[in-house]
Amino acid sequence: MHEWALAESILAAALEAAEKEKIKKITEIDIALGELQQIEKDIFQFALDQIIDEYKDKLENVKIKIKTEKSTLKCRNCKHNWDFDSMKDKINKDESEAIHFIPEVAFVHMRCPKCGSPDFQIDKGRGVSITKIKGEK
Amino acid sequence: MEVRTSIIDKRLKNVKKIIAVASGKGGVGKSLVASTLAFGLSKKGYKVGLFDLDLYGPSSHIILGLDNFEFPEEEKGIKPYKVHDIKFMSIVYFTEDKPAPFKGDDISNIILELLAITKWKHLDYLIIDMPPGIGDETLDIIKYVKRAEFLVVSTPSKVSMGAVDKLLKLLKELKIPIIGIIENMKIDGSKYIEDEVTKMDLKYLGAVFFDKKLEEAIGIPDMLTKTSFYQDFDKILKKHNNLK
Repeated sequence: MHEWALAESILAAALEAAEKEKIKKITEIDIALGELQQIEKDIFQFALDQIIDEYKDKLENVKIKIKTEKSTLKCRNCKHNWDFDSMKDKINKDESEAIHFIPEVAFVHMRCPKCGSPDFQIDKGRGVSITKIKGEK
Repeated sequence: MEVRTSIIDKRLKNVKKIIAVASGKGGVGKSLVASTLAFGLSKKGYKVGLFDLDLYGPSSHIILGLDNFEFPEEEKGIKPYKVHDIKFMSIVYFTEDKPAPFKGDDISNIILELLAITKWKHLDYLIIDMPPGIGDETLDIIKYVKRAEFLVVSTPSKVSMGAVDKLLKLLKELKIPIIGIIENMKIDGSKYIEDEVTKMDLKYLGAVFFDKKLEEAIGIPDMLTKTSFYQDFDKILKKHNNLK
């Protein structure tokens, strides 16, 4: 499960931000999971819980809020907008799994559904990010 | 908030030396030098990783003879496959070797993702096969892989050196360590590259002569060791203490 590595990144970034802002205890971390990365929320939550346990001094009882962010893909050629969900039946299991590992390989396995161009952009819903951190100084 | 940058140092903390094999110019043999370096060091008993960062034109897998594009195994991240005892990571595992039309920020995102999720563990050397030029990948490696040292490849041509010169100037300006320059595909005794490198106060590591039979060894690393290309390359490694 490579979700573990992403959960580790989230907590490492939160701890780094806390140190920079001189926060002694982190009380809340809000996380966005981009639709394109297709993270298994249960595995991700399990990894977070395990890692939090290792950093009890700064993270004990931290409230974790996880939201899935819908994706928006936009064609640079014809300006058409669409989302990943609407493309799922056009790609196979392996292609979908590859996008789970590296969301940008969407440019390899997908095309604009309207004009067929590979020149599109991921406007929203790419991967894992922190949207808010709260803490006590 | 970007989270992946915070974990990169941890992912590379057990890697003793990181060498980015680069050139300002394409077609000078970077991938061959990177793969041969990885293979040569591995044969000498070192633990070696090879990271093909040429995202649009990956070729290290062709040199190593890898045609299995299955996803790497997952273990709290992704575990690079061992190919001829080299831990090997490349975008080809995810693209099935199809065309990969990536643009600027997408390239940075791929590099960050691979650096954040790849578990290299203990390595003596991590060799990074860079794409040509001084664009996104070069700037990203300088930014995110702080310990990377550059090994620069040029052919004897003035055309090649014209582009290599720009990479070297940029690296010097940014105070990035440059291990030295290898002259690849040398065909005569010209000292042009050596003189240019010396003028820049950089180390000319040596020359690898053009080897007509090298193509036959592509994809068969054991055969590669029998080529004159490999013999020349190995002399450079021995002369410079395995680039330690």
